[in-house]
Amino acid sequence: MMTGLFASVPIIIGLAIVGDLDVTTGTVIAGAAPLIYATIGETITEKAGVVNLSLDGSLLLSAMAGFGIAFLSGSVILGFLAAAAVSALVALIIAYAGIELRLNQIAVGFVLFLLCTRLSALLGAPFVREPGPAVPKLEIPLLADIPFLGKALFQHNLSIYGSFVVVLVAYWFFYRTRPGLELQAVGERPESAFARGVSVRRVRYFYTILGGALVGIGGAAFSLDQKFGWSEGHVRNFGWIALAIVIFGGWHPFRVALGCYLFGALQVVALKLQPVFPGLSQVLPILPFPTMILTLVVINRPGFRALGDRFGSLRKFLASEPPAALGTNFEQQ
Amino acid sequence: MNADRRRTELRGMLFAVAGATVVVAFLLLALGANPWEAFKLLYEGSFGSMAKLSATLLVWVPLVIASASLVITYNTGLWNIGVEGQIVMGAIFATWAARTIPGPGWVVIVAGIIAGILGGVFWGLLAGVLKTHGGVNEIFGGLGLFFVSLGLTTYLVIGPWSREGVASTSGTDLFERDVWFPRIGSLDVSWLSLVLAVVAIAGVYLLMRGTMFGLKLKAIGNSMSSSARLGVASNRYMLGAFAVAGGLAGLAGTTQVMAFHHKLVPSVSGGFGFLGILVVLLAGFRAAPVAPLALFFAALSVGASQLELRLELDSSVGGVIQGTLVLFVLMAAGWQRRRADLRAAAREAQAGSAQ
Repeated sequence: MMTGLFASVPIIIGLAIVGDLDVTTGTVIAGAAPLIYATIGETITEKAGVVNLSLDGSLLLSAMAGFGIAFLSGSVILGFLAAAAVSALVALIIAYAGIELRLNQIAVGFVLFLLCTRLSALLGAPFVREPGPAVPKLEIPLLADIPFLGKALFQHNLSIYGSFVVVLVAYWFFYRTRPGLELQAVGERPESAFARGVSVRRVRYFYTILGGALVGIGGAAFSLDQKFGWSEGHVRNFGWIALAIVIFGGWHPFRVALGCYLFGALQVVALKLQPVFPGLSQVLPILPFPTMILTLVVINRPGFRALGDRFGSLRKFLASEPPAALGTNFEQQ
Repeated sequence: MNADRRRTELRGMLFAVAGATVVVAFLLLALGANPWEAFKLLYEGSFGSMAKLSATLLVWVPLVIASASLVITYNTGLWNIGVEGQIVMGAIFATWAARTIPGPGWVVIVAGIIAGILGGVFWGLLAGVLKTHGGVNEIFGGLGLFFVSLGLTTYLVIGPWSREGVASTSGTDLFERDVWFPRIGSLDVSWLSLVLAVVAIAGVYLLMRGTMFGLKLKAIGNSMSSSARLGVASNRYMLGAFAVAGGLAGLAGTTQVMAFHHKLVPSVSGGFGFLGILVVLLAGFRAAPVAPLALFFAALSVGASQLELRLELDSSVGGVIQGTLVLFVLMAAGWQRRRADLRAAAREAQAGSAQ
């Protein structure tokens, strides 16, 4: 009986996905949007050499603030702005503590994680499971009618289209612009960046806050779009998942986005299999973590490193070294 | 000099406590609660009666044991955020013992304690091996293992260990009454838990202070490179730290199932590992202040439920106070150091211009 059960798993997965591949792909892409904002935000911050470990808390707090403000004002845009501001403020505290006070970023980030989590529960209590405003649907004319791609990519809303833009812009910015290269220099070798006249301090402040603001937009994308409202359980643990995906993605925007979509696909599969295996949806969300650990172990093997050396074009995509100065504080005279 | 530093430290602490109190008071006012009344309720809700004190001690036990575990890893320079998962693993192993080991109650209790410790050692060592041999940073390795342990708990609770006929996440069957930790009279708290907690924190204090093992861990924590030069096999000692810390966390998990829930539930760790990280940050990584600080934190957590009942504030207010306090203490230390640096720099500049 057990073997029969296991044999049926791939069939069910197959049916669930092939049944309506365009709609399923659309669901995966939509579901991953909040995580895309959060992971790209954290990637930007970490590329500057600062680690924002508060993600799980700041996502919760910004999701709550975004929904709360939209609920009270009736404006979704104000909600997104408030969410971005809240998360940017949390990031500012981490930047200040690291840059000015030379405190350990991990310690401050962790304390802020717990503090923001509790604050979101305390301040968000009146909004729990209240119906409220949401991002309106916006089909892109013409593109929405393309077979398959239309349903998968172009029948969403601005919050989701924005997630595509963020990934592409981040890639272009990191690897094709001068400030992007400066940003990476600050995260890799702050001394030499400083020697060449880059203000490490200013760069780190700016990108930590910018990354934080993106995390906040991710929070609002949860509460104002994907989850239609606020409750702690809807957003909890996604911050840790985001931090894991940034590592899995090797700080490369495309690989990070791939990680988000893989996780989104996992969630959709879990949801579809829910009637067959109750409880699976509770066990599946842990999968990114063992996957991340395995990825790291594999990537750190000498054989795998040789692969990147042999295929030069793949090197940038396969590279998974964290920014060399990640989490360290730099004293600028 | 040392006394001078202590005094500065104390001044920073007082400043931080005052700052945090003011911030929290304003927050309470903004939420329409009277701060004075709230603080009074927090006290009454945690120390106001024998039953309340017993509830506070019930939280204190796992918190102080988890904090003791973290003192070891912090001093070795390790961010053992995986402590939460080690607690869960201890709880799972202890539950296994309580469900399967035959024999009189005390035999099962002893077996449960041993199994729980082993579960924590296993999970701690796994995070350690991932770090030393797999190149996986202990923060993310530990966090990953925490989520794996959560998945395992959920699976056990709704799967193989589910209650007869019900597959719900409310937990396994209650353990047999005779394998519960023995209680003090009619109170909820167990004397055995209290003894274990005191032994754990005192043991860690002595370990870090008076043994070669503790000294070597500190050497590793102070500077990886210099300890390697001194000939300390740092990988082996790091794994040692993970094993001992994991075992303590597993013990905390054991008390959660055998002295509090009396069954396995999905949220069995109670967040005490994460809260322990705050306690240890506040204690400046030292073992001695952990016991009273953990008691204070336990009181805040337990007292906060009174605010929910009486002032209709969410009980997360306890966590908000804890977080604000630790944030202020960290910041105050940073500000003090910065001021000292600036003063030293100014003195140097003055000396330079006088020449």
